[in-house]
Amino acid sequence: MFWNEEIETMPRQDLEELQLKKLQATVKRAFDKIPYYHKRYSEAEVFPEDIETLKDIEKLPFITKDDLRESYPFGLFAVDIKEIKELHSSSGTTGKPVVSGYTEKDLDTWAETIARGLTMMGIGEDDILQNTHGYGMFTGGFGVHYGCHKVGAAIIPISTGQTRRQIEIMSDFGATGLIFTPSYGIHLGEVALEDGIDPKDFGIKAIGFGAEGWTEEIRQRVEEIFGTKAYNIYGLTELMGPGVGVECEAQNGLHIAEDIYYPEIIDPKTGKVLGGETPGELVLTNLEREGMPVIRFRTKDLTKLTYEKCSCGRTHARMSRITGRSDDMIKVKGVAIFPSQIEKALLKIGDVEPHYMIIVTRPGTLDEIEVKVEASQDIFFDGVKEMMAIQEKIGKSIENETGIRVKVTLVEPKTLPRFEGKAKRVIDERNLH
Amino acid sequence: MKIKQLSIFLQNRMGSLSKPLEVLSDADVNIRAMCMADTSEFGILRLVVDNPEKGKEALEENNFLVKLTEIIGVEMNDTPGGLTSVLKVIKDNEIDLEYLYAFSHDKAEKAILLLHADDIDKLISVLTDNDITIVPSKEVYTL
Repeated sequence: MFWNEEIETMPRQDLEELQLKKLQATVKRAFDKIPYYHKRYSEAEVFPEDIETLKDIEKLPFITKDDLRESYPFGLFAVDIKEIKELHSSSGTTGKPVVSGYTEKDLDTWAETIARGLTMMGIGEDDILQNTHGYGMFTGGFGVHYGCHKVGAAIIPISTGQTRRQIEIMSDFGATGLIFTPSYGIHLGEVALEDGIDPKDFGIKAIGFGAEGWTEEIRQRVEEIFGTKAYNIYGLTELMGPGVGVECEAQNGLHIAEDIYYPEIIDPKTGKVLGGETPGELVLTNLEREGMPVIRFRTKDLTKLTYEKCSCGRTHARMSRITGRSDDMIKVKGVAIFPSQIEKALLKIGDVEPHYMIIVTRPGTLDEIEVKVEASQDIFFDGVKEMMAIQEKIGKSIENETGIRVKVTLVEPKTLPRFEGKAKRVIDERNLH
Repeated sequence: MKIKQLSIFLQNRMGSLSKPLEVLSDADVNIRAMCMADTSEFGILRLVVDNPEKGKEALEENNFLVKLTEIIGVEMNDTPGGLTSVLKVIKDNEIDLEYLYAFSHDKAEKAILLLHADDIDKLISVLTDNDITIVPSKEVYTL
């Protein structure tokens, strides 16, 4: 089943012609309408007319999350605010968040990518989809919502949390499709089992999951619990939201909507473009976006691409599961966290930068994060009360900075490992990669 | 008059108490009294030793986090009610004690109570006014 068979199965040569046309138009619009691109491209002495082939995209400089942040809030919009119909923003990152703006047509394009994905998963107008992604500034909730409207399935916009109510609704409404993060899905399933309800009895046809890292084992666990297939959905707020890539029934990589996003894989160190089948950092370009065209965005996500035609009949490139990050970002409970944020939070407590370590675990099905901080003279007092208050204060400060609650443990001086050169601040014991 | 107590930060885990005590023993520092305040994750070891400066130096050389804290020692009768009578004076004068610990004295029928309060000078004046004997620090160090 295809949502848009013509586009999704388009011969590669035709697809590339289409991509080139869209790329040329996008670069020209960005250059003409957005001062950031005008300045960057002029400095690099590369102009819209230099894009004669798809490969010419390599002449254009990359754009990073920092660039997007510096343009906060609307600096990268190509249209007047009156054309913008919706605004979203990325979660928990250092400094200002990244804002994404959508015109009417952008919302439709976004819905189109999700509609293709839901169709890949076998979700159509007869289905009832329970969307446990959060509704709000996070793009996960609304992206799925619009796509669901497009395919004509009934959506249950339940959002995250209230696990027992989720289970009740799932059962009473007869949900046939579920959208969740893998860890929340496993949690949902386990709570149901605890209550003597077998999630297999719900008759779920398909599950779409995303917004956090996962392994084949996690997928298998989800599929076992719900007795159905689970498909990966990839996306990021900077480019639009979920729907950049979605898995088809072959479960052998995520099809990137290549007429909407142009993918490249680069060597994260040199920035050199690598070919298909070579692991590296994913770089994405919006080919079909009015409100805020983002060109050559460094996602920092590590993956590889294959251009081989898929057994499902689709010709669009497939990206493999994300195998890591080219920076030190960690995703905990779906929230992106950088060690630099923890550092900033700690600096607000004492005068000296303390030595610290972030330990991420998943003891059951949900993530836990512990920050070990070496106690020092300026945060040591001869009273349990004061010490507990310090721990609490550090925890609050980290929560303010990252948006999530962490466990703070004060440890003795010089007990955390020391590193030569770049310190390794994160120990991720979840084995997600 | 004020006693310099060593306060040492320790993690609450098996064996964490033995290392600082070994360090003091190697430095030939003798412990006169001790008490431990602990939570599930960390603890504060409080020690009165014969040579606090030397003790602090030795511990810091071994990467321990140490603070010298001022406490006072008062003499009380080593008989039932001895402690209560001292505490009553403190309570009646509305002084908030942070912690206390006690040990028996060489002097017959006497014990020493070690006290810490945020306002230690006020504590001293209240005790003096009520004719409670404050033990000179030197006497505690050299017991």
